[in-house]
Amino acid sequence: MARRVSLSLQAAGQGEGSKLSQVAEFDSVGLRYGTGAEVLRDLDFRLANGGFYFLTGPSGAGKTSLLKLLYLAQRPTRGRIRLFGEELTDAPRESLPQFRRRIGVVFQDFRLVRHLSAFDNVALPLRIAGATDEQVEGPVREMLAWVGLADRASARPPTLSGGEQQRVAIARAVINRPDLLVADEPTGNVDAAMAQRLLHLFSALNRQGTTVVVATHDVGLISATPGAKLIRLEGGSVADPTGTLRNPPRPLGSDG
Amino acid sequence: MLARLFAPPSEARLLGDERLRGPTAWVVAIMSFSIMVIAAAGLALTNTAGTLSQTIEARYSVEVPAGGNVAAVVSAIRSAPGATDVQAIPEAEMRRTLERWLGSEAQSGELPVPALVNFDLKQGADLSDVQRRVRSASPEAKITTHQEAVAPLLRSLRLLQWVAFGLVLLLSAAASAAVVLAARGALDTHRFTIEVMHGIGATDLQVTRLFQRKIAIDAFIGSLAGAAAAALVLLMLTAGAAFAGELTGGATLSGFDFLFLAMLPIALTVLATWVARTAVLAALRKAL
Repeated sequence: MARRVSLSLQAAGQGEGSKLSQVAEFDSVGLRYGTGAEVLRDLDFRLANGGFYFLTGPSGAGKTSLLKLLYLAQRPTRGRIRLFGEELTDAPRESLPQFRRRIGVVFQDFRLVRHLSAFDNVALPLRIAGATDEQVEGPVREMLAWVGLADRASARPPTLSGGEQQRVAIARAVINRPDLLVADEPTGNVDAAMAQRLLHLFSALNRQGTTVVVATHDVGLISATPGAKLIRLEGGSVADPTGTLRNPPRPLGSDG
Repeated sequence: MLARLFAPPSEARLLGDERLRGPTAWVVAIMSFSIMVIAAAGLALTNTAGTLSQTIEARYSVEVPAGGNVAAVVSAIRSAPGATDVQAIPEAEMRRTLERWLGSEAQSGELPVPALVNFDLKQGADLSDVQRRVRSASPEAKITTHQEAVAPLLRSLRLLQWVAFGLVLLLSAAASAAVVLAARGALDTHRFTIEVMHGIGATDLQVTRLFQRKIAIDAFIGSLAGAAAAALVLLMLTAGAAFAGELTGGATLSGFDFLFLAMLPIALTVLATWVARTAVLAALRKAL
């Protein structure tokens, strides 16, 4: 199913992003909702450009909250966040869409628009980026074929199985060739075989230069991905005993 | 213009096909109907007041007490420069008029009935010259202007014009409020789609454009429907207006008035679209 394709559409800032050594930098980041206790505190870590990360931790540890900070659905209540080399902690909200277009998100509940076909759901990021219907047609068909749903293009989400919806969500997340792919429990609703196939998809994207962050409880998924780094959240903080997440080793010859 | 109003199918599909199921078109249709009828009434009142005022402004009456020399008064007025359409009201006609209040007593010879002479005065003519000539013909005669007599009526007509204008503004405000509610309702209905679009990188303007188009089309359809219904009602009222027209010297609606009324549905659509755009943008700014 996961045959390789070369997508013709480039995400905005793709070239610029690929020169950075770090896609995301979190410095003393904390997050609280309303007047409640902090759900995330003192987060200090870096995500290297082109890296593959698994985010783990017990339920309620703050994985989804951390992902929300990553895909700019939430602002931190303290600390600083840099994404793609830009300080975004206090960035005006009008500037956020251009960064969101560089991030692909696979939600745990897929978040597909129910009244749109699989084709239109996958095409959404391209249309938002300003592509015309003619420009959208080819890449979307190609992407649907890539996730094995070429014959389900006109089907609406309620008529698709959980696995099919998952693949539509993934296709939508990667159609723009994002610099950063964030997936929240992507295997939570699929069987083991489908989980493996999804992992192949993520690995293929990662090999093409996309930084991948996957929040999961699935130990099998983690062990099947050699080279992936683990970010473990415990009680709202990142467990980083060796400090490699805070100060990742730089490859030789790196200028970043 | 049309390309801006009607979204491409792929964009239109984002909000689903729920046009006319919502209340916007219906509310705007009712408002449009009411605004058109009230505006037409206001314009007719304006024209009526104008015509009445013009007609009455130059009209005067000379009251000659019983026994006075009416013929001398008539020739004195006729000799004055600028005086036209001089008409003495026959005594019999005066008594017939009085019968409405006095009954058959109005025909009694014991009832002294003054004579009336009506005349028009051209613009710029000297009223005091006419007064001098009338006094020399009949010292007891008294000149009154018709304008004074109908002043309360004109004041009422002008007040009604302002009431009509105020009602048009109030209905426009009510239509705007309904559009704001409809826009908020639409935002609630499509909150999920909006969140997904924002998450993918849509700007507020991109999201707003979807709602703006939808509400603009609904408002345009509603405005046209309301205006069409109002036009039908106004057409049916034309017969009554013809009667009123005779009383007021033929004042009804001018070509300019019809043009103004025809512009109202477009103005209402523009107002609804602007209000919807403002409401949606304000609501979206509350989210990250």
